[in-house]
Amino acid sequence: MNNAEEKLVFERPRSLTDAHTHYCPGCTHGIAHRLVAEALDELGLRERTLGIAPVGCAVLAYYYFNVDMAEAAHGRAPAMATGMKRANPDKILFTYQGDGDLAAIGAGEIVHAAGRGENITVIFINNAIYGMTGGQMAPTTLEGQKTTSSPMGRDISIAGHPLRMSELLATLDGAAYVARGSLHDPKHIRRAKKAILTAFKVQQAGLGFSMVELLSACGTNWKMDPVEALGWIKDNMVPYFPLGDYKVTDAVKNL
Amino acid sequence: MHQSIVFSGFGGQGALFAGQVLTYAAMDTGRHVTWIPSYGPEMRGGVARCTVIVSDDEIGSPIVRNPDVAVVFNNPSLEKFQTEVRSGGLMVVNSSMINVSVDRSDIRTLWIAGGEIAIELGDVRMTNMVLLGAMLAANPVVELSAAEQALRDHLPERKQHLADPNVEVLRRGYRTATKE
Amino acid sequence: MARELWKGNEALAEASVRAGLVAYFGYPITPQTELLEYLSLRMVKLGRAFLQAESELAAINMVYGAACTGVRVMTSSSSPGISLMQEGLSYIAASEVPVVLVDIMRGGPGLGNIQPSQGDYFQVTRAAGHGDFHPLVLAPATVQEAVDLVYLAFDLAEKYRTIVIVVADGNIGQMMEPAEMPPMRKVKKDRPDWALTGADGREHRIITSLELGAERLEALNLRLQKKIARIRQAEVRYQEHKVEDADILIAAFGTMGRISQTAAEMARAKGIKAGVFRPISLFPFPDERLEELSRQVSRILVVEMNAGQMLDDVRLAVGKDFPVEFYGRMGGVVPLPDDVLEVVERIGAELNDEQR
Repeated sequence: MNNAEEKLVFERPRSLTDAHTHYCPGCTHGIAHRLVAEALDELGLRERTLGIAPVGCAVLAYYYFNVDMAEAAHGRAPAMATGMKRANPDKILFTYQGDGDLAAIGAGEIVHAAGRGENITVIFINNAIYGMTGGQMAPTTLEGQKTTSSPMGRDISIAGHPLRMSELLATLDGAAYVARGSLHDPKHIRRAKKAILTAFKVQQAGLGFSMVELLSACGTNWKMDPVEALGWIKDNMVPYFPLGDYKVTDAVKNL
Repeated sequence: MHQSIVFSGFGGQGALFAGQVLTYAAMDTGRHVTWIPSYGPEMRGGVARCTVIVSDDEIGSPIVRNPDVAVVFNNPSLEKFQTEVRSGGLMVVNSSMINVSVDRSDIRTLWIAGGEIAIELGDVRMTNMVLLGAMLAANPVVELSAAEQALRDHLPERKQHLADPNVEVLRRGYRTATKE
Repeated sequence: MARELWKGNEALAEASVRAGLVAYFGYPITPQTELLEYLSLRMVKLGRAFLQAESELAAINMVYGAACTGVRVMTSSSSPGISLMQEGLSYIAASEVPVVLVDIMRGGPGLGNIQPSQGDYFQVTRAAGHGDFHPLVLAPATVQEAVDLVYLAFDLAEKYRTIVIVVADGNIGQMMEPAEMPPMRKVKKDRPDWALTGADGREHRIITSLELGAERLEALNLRLQKKIARIRQAEVRYQEHKVEDADILIAAFGTMGRISQTAAEMARAKGIKAGVFRPISLFPFPDERLEELSRQVSRILVVEMNAGQMLDDVRLAVGKDFPVEFYGRMGGVVPLPDDVLEVVERIGAELNDEQR
């Protein structure tokens, strides 16, 4: 069959560059990047999107997203995105932040961006650990979870409780859409993609703050192989960080 | 000509605004002028004080140790400025609020019942204009007419209805002081 | 445009609007708050961006974000607030995006007080954040000069892709003086070729202060240093008052410059030939001119509302062998002309004794 028709079934999203990422084997950042890029492509937003990379493992995300991007100081991405959006209301803004960035050092900025109903989209990667600095305790580290700064396991009497950011931010009137998904298997990855699409549509419609939290794997710092790490999300993270929509305003439902 | 004039009272007595009217009048008649408040965390009832400098030349320091003139609205202001006004200077004293005697013989002191006159003409809050008018009679740093014009020109829109009564009070202060 | 009476803080705000300010982000702090308050109405009425941030930390990062898109943006604060902004300032300097910052200094350290001070000379000229950089720093002495300098600041920030700090003590923020406003400029529609505007029909752009390789980060630093050298060359500003025949030269900036001018006049009335050298650009410091002047005067007296900060720059300019004296007050105490005069008279007497 010489004339067999070639049919393209899979390609790199235009919103991703062809750079090789620096992420560890088994890391789910690559999946999250791809989902964001596919969403921007499908909604035709790439050309007017500005992204903000965090401090953390995704610090170099600006090499991987084929959109205009800036690098924020640790935790300040929502403030930076606010400045960009207020000065350029016609642009689409997203921040890409980890748990240390968003829930620890940047807790103030994210709460106020959500409270103001800042018309930006936040992609929140929760892997319950500090990856880039080598596996220290994060604000989302689970009770009993061993890290290099909680070597005996997180002790609630010392370190307090893990923060559930989606639940917290969903209480704010400015938040239009807040959802938590997971990247531990294909079914959940497809759901996560849908949530990301919704979040950008919310921004396009000017409905307010949108955030998608993604439970993610860090096999390297969890000291697990990739498959084990995905299982750990399902067995340990999902019970503490239940999946689902935490805030869907009526306006978002009618989208 | 180079003159420093302090207006001092409690917050809310209008000392700062009296200074501003003088400042506008000086500016509108082509003088160099500065107005500087002493600012503090108090919003109401605290000390409100400003220094106005009017000069024919460029003004260096906007603040002075010994002002030429002090317009004092209350007891603490009198106590402070009766030691600070320069020798040969002038102190305009709001007798309606002040019951402390002045023990300086080397300065001119003008006692004026700012509060009573303002109440008689409609509102105690116009005390500041009585004192400004009186000061201009004793010390014509700007013409009375310039102060009247400044008051009309620079009262904010929402307070324009207060222009006529304030001008009347300013004039009364001026006339009362001229008689004395 | 006729002269109008302006409060320093509001004059700074209006002049910024006229310079084509697109976005303002700030946080209230005495004694600069009137600037923020003024813009909260003015900017919104013009359909431009104004936002009261949740902290100075957030404010400076909002400014950083807007600056990355190539628009004219500013913030304003006072000493403790500037300390909080230092993180952002360092990132902004490394990213080479233009930003204008107004600092209305108050008494420190710590919470200090809200009285006027010049205690942050080191902070703005030397240590506006971590790493090797210097903002361009302009220090007005009058409300008119504040207007002119902040208007200029936006041009300089864009020209050099740098931070320009207009620094004044609380006196200048709070005082009223007649000033003439500059003309209203149109907001520029076109954006510079480095700005983030969306990767439409071109390669995607990145603005970052991260350079992981030592040599690449050194290259970034060398570029910053080159820029600083150009600024040193071209942006020196100062004002002189009766220096030609001066025996004693008072060096002072901002409010202390004008107070010293009055003191110099008082000294001249007493037969002491005093003059005033007032640096307007604190960075770049006018060291060459000061060195020149040091050859024709007998003594330099530095007067500041701090413990002697610009003093270091003066000493660097004139060398260790030239006699430099210092008079300063701290904590919000403002030296009066007669305080300065007293020191000038003392120096005058010493010079007389030396000549005998």
